[in-house]
Amino acid sequence: MAKIIGCITTTHVPSIGGAIAKKLQNDPYWSPFFDGFKPVHAWLKKVKPDVAVVIYNDHGLNFFLDKLPTFAVGAASEYRHADEGWGIPVVAPFRGDLDLSWHLINTLVDKEFDITTCQEMLVDHAFTIPMSLLWPGGESPPVRAVPICINTVQFPIPSARRSYKLGEAIGSAIESWDSDAKVLVMGTGGLSHQLDGERAGFINKEFDLKFMDSLIKQPDWATQYSSTELVELVGSQGVELLMWLAARAALPGPVHKVHSNYHIPISNTASGLMLIETVH
Amino acid sequence: MALEKPYKDVPGTTVFDAELARMGYHLNQFCMSLMKAENREKFKADQRAYLDQWPMSEEQKQGVLTRDYNRMIAAGGNIYFLSKIFSSDGQSFELAASSMTGMTPEEYRQMMLTGGRTVEGNRHLSEIKDGKLKTNASVEKK
Repeated sequence: MAKIIGCITTTHVPSIGGAIAKKLQNDPYWSPFFDGFKPVHAWLKKVKPDVAVVIYNDHGLNFFLDKLPTFAVGAASEYRHADEGWGIPVVAPFRGDLDLSWHLINTLVDKEFDITTCQEMLVDHAFTIPMSLLWPGGESPPVRAVPICINTVQFPIPSARRSYKLGEAIGSAIESWDSDAKVLVMGTGGLSHQLDGERAGFINKEFDLKFMDSLIKQPDWATQYSSTELVELVGSQGVELLMWLAARAALPGPVHKVHSNYHIPISNTASGLMLIETVH
Repeated sequence: MALEKPYKDVPGTTVFDAELARMGYHLNQFCMSLMKAENREKFKADQRAYLDQWPMSEEQKQGVLTRDYNRMIAAGGNIYFLSKIFSSDGQSFELAASSMTGMTPEEYRQMMLTGGRTVEGNRHLSEIKDGKLKTNASVEKK
């Protein structure tokens, strides 16, 4: 059976794509962020995952308001990026893993998650930037990928509790996949930020750090909050922490924190990074 | 009794809910058209004519023409889609965000560099005393 080796959760702010294109990794503004990924690169070189299940939120590239699924799973052999309208470079296509995609789809529906299946799916910066951060250098990442989207564009969004349960179901589905593959789960977005209105620029460092800590000690801690409470606590776009919650919930059994980083600001956002491995 | 929309109690914040998604559908659809380079050029060439292709309200069109993002949000715009407008203008997300706060871009940037907008005093409408949100990230926690 397939083995889940751990999860990596990271911010996906679009301007990171611009910084990569302009090679600003050592710039004083950017280095506290990019330097945080060095231990992640070392770990990835050591463990060499075969597949990445990437939990993220699309921002309109693949899903507009005409058809907006709460949960969607990609089932394509290839996933392409496209012009998102803000000048960040379009990156090379990503390889899919059809076997895992359909195994996930069958298993998730069996567990009463009524997901949308996508045999064609564009992936936006929330997918491509974390890939570039984990495997820098501009070449295609050495993993096959399965994208999973959680809606955080339009309310009502799924609750923290529901997202956590989805993550648990994703984890048990991966573990029942008849394959020798080593699977990495990724969750992208957050942490606290608000991009709109008079409250733009809102950051809650205390909550963010508590949340990151909870993913090690009590991973379902954040499920106590309603979506409204999360808006109040982490900002109207900080609700992307649902991706982190789902990715963490996918890990079976005991875990070990390998690395974390937290830095304010990247653009309007408190950036966060965690690498948690499973202990087998 | 719980509010029907409890998130209305978060100051300076508009949650993009079903009501706004209905109201703003064509405004947001116009925004998404700007993901294509050729459409960005057409929009820049004649903004009014470009906007008139969508069945948007005059309020929505005026919001776009004056680049008043708070006005667009009140009329159903979602920031992820509205971002296509300021990106077409060559503006960063940070600059656009600052324009919604009543702060100058430099004040906003400084606020972010010093830890962002403070939590205290910005969580509930009842905390807003003088009609303004608090900006100082270095407010001491009691």
